Amino acid sequence: MAVISRGFTGRGRDHTPDLPPGQYLTADFPVLSAGPTPDIDTADWQFSIRTDDATLHTWNWDEIHALPIEDIDTDIHCVTRWSKFGTSWRGVSLDTLFADIETTDGFVMAHSYGGYTTNIPLDDLLGGKAWIAFEFDGEPLDPEHGGPARLLVPHLYFWKSAKWIRSLEMMPADQPGFWEQNGYNMYGDPWLEQRYW
Amino acid sequence: MSTLSERETRDAAPHRIGLWHAGVVVSTKTESPTGRSIVLDVPGWGGNIAGQHADLRLTAADGYQAVRSYSIASVSNGDRVELAVDRLPTGEVSPYLVDELRPGDQLELRGPLGGWFVWTPSLPDAVQLIGGGSGIVPLMAMIRSHTASGSDAPFRLLYSVRSPDDAFFRSELDTPTPGLDVTWLYTRVAPEGWGRPPGRITVDDLAGSAFAASLSPAVFVCGPTGFVESVATALVALGHDPHKVKTERFGGA
Amino acid sequence: MGEHVDGNSLAGPLSELFAVDLTMASARCLGCGDVSELARAMVYPDPTGYVVRCSRCDDVLMVVVQEPDSVCIELRGMAWLKVPR
Repeated sequence: MAVISRGFTGRGRDHTPDLPPGQYLTADFPVLSAGPTPDIDTADWQFSIRTDDATLHTWNWDEIHALPIEDIDTDIHCVTRWSKFGTSWRGVSLDTLFADIETTDGFVMAHSYGGYTTNIPLDDLLGGKAWIAFEFDGEPLDPEHGGPARLLVPHLYFWKSAKWIRSLEMMPADQPGFWEQNGYNMYGDPWLEQRYW
Repeated sequence: MSTLSERETRDAAPHRIGLWHAGVVVSTKTESPTGRSIVLDVPGWGGNIAGQHADLRLTAADGYQAVRSYSIASVSNGDRVELAVDRLPTGEVSPYLVDELRPGDQLELRGPLGGWFVWTPSLPDAVQLIGGGSGIVPLMAMIRSHTASGSDAPFRLLYSVRSPDDAFFRSELDTPTPGLDVTWLYTRVAPEGWGRPPGRITVDDLAGSAFAASLSPAVFVCGPTGFVESVATALVALGHDPHKVKTERFGGA
Repeated sequence: MGEHVDGNSLAGPLSELFAVDLTMASARCLGCGDVSELARAMVYPDPTGYVVRCSRCDDVLMVVVQEPDSVCIELRGMAWLKVPR
């Protein structure tokens, strides 16, 4: 028989049409990390895309800032059940970064400084759906939240939006990343509650 | 010996049944503006040794559950358990425990847990305790166990708090106890006329007030992650054997 | 927030799965060869599981993901785990 703790409600578990199933709304921005926060100087920072023919397309901090920068207003959904509405970011669209890249591969492994990885279909990174983001709420993205730059793929659960992004590696077939190897869903659609396999 | 079918094997799993014990709040006591101690009666608990922790499970009326770990301040052979909790402003559970919980309320406990960050009276070594904020809780259990057992092991405590008001177990620690030496450190506000200016714990504090590494004391450090990190680093710099330094960090949730 | 805690905090969650206190067990890190009690490892907690890292080299020792009807434990980062009895 369950023991009910009088007066305990826990966090709000409101349901609104904009909230995916099983999520609760938070005003904070919880920090979840699978490892130590890497200390990355923007002078040393590089982002690259590696294609199937092993060609490396690389941007340093100044080069990525010279590209068209977009304002992004979006809701984000974490697999640990918090959602946050109306977050504002600035960054470069992956459509821009992939503009000159030819590939026949359909999948991408995102690699982070610190060793974290996560897999995403290429189609989910193109068409105005994903960015390399370096500002949050009008401020440079702080290291706890993935600064200097993170991947932002807000239509998938937030573990796909890899913090401390370093490179994208093209793959001919879908391979599991860090959490996906241990039971997290390969795709991670919050509206279909694709948390686990 | 008969072979159990897979189904029966799964149903058997005896150690999973009764893992959670229902507990009732007996009393609560304000320890600081943000913290309080809570005494629980937990039938079937069966006692714990100093330094162990318990997992606490709270269930809302709609079935929602939250689990958190808390250190145990008491040592006993029985079913009484004393916890002490500091309120984290953005926490989900600690504000409930500090502000809402009252005698008669029910919650569930799992434990006692952990055989590593513990002290028992059979250990002869000198013991250096170093606590930050509510990190005093498992160290208090060690002090109480030391006193109750009449152990000869010399004990020293360095207790770092923001201000005099923020100390847990103030009157108990201010009561002179044979074999226990207490040094207070204040990080923000010190009492009038206090020799040391307020500030975070330093290598000099450890060199001046803690047992020297040459005595090879058993060291227990408990507090927020940053506090534990800097103390552990300083202890190793002072020559303490890392294997004799045990730490317990608590996170922010 | 986002900070690691010590391996001894795993005693409760692991008690759901093992009959002994696994935090007292020693593990050898496949990355750097360090041998330490699990209680000394660094734990990055997460509401759906946790990542356990070597306190010497930060390599991943163990990943635990708690799914609604099962628990997935990855032990790839350990050469071995010695459990006291």
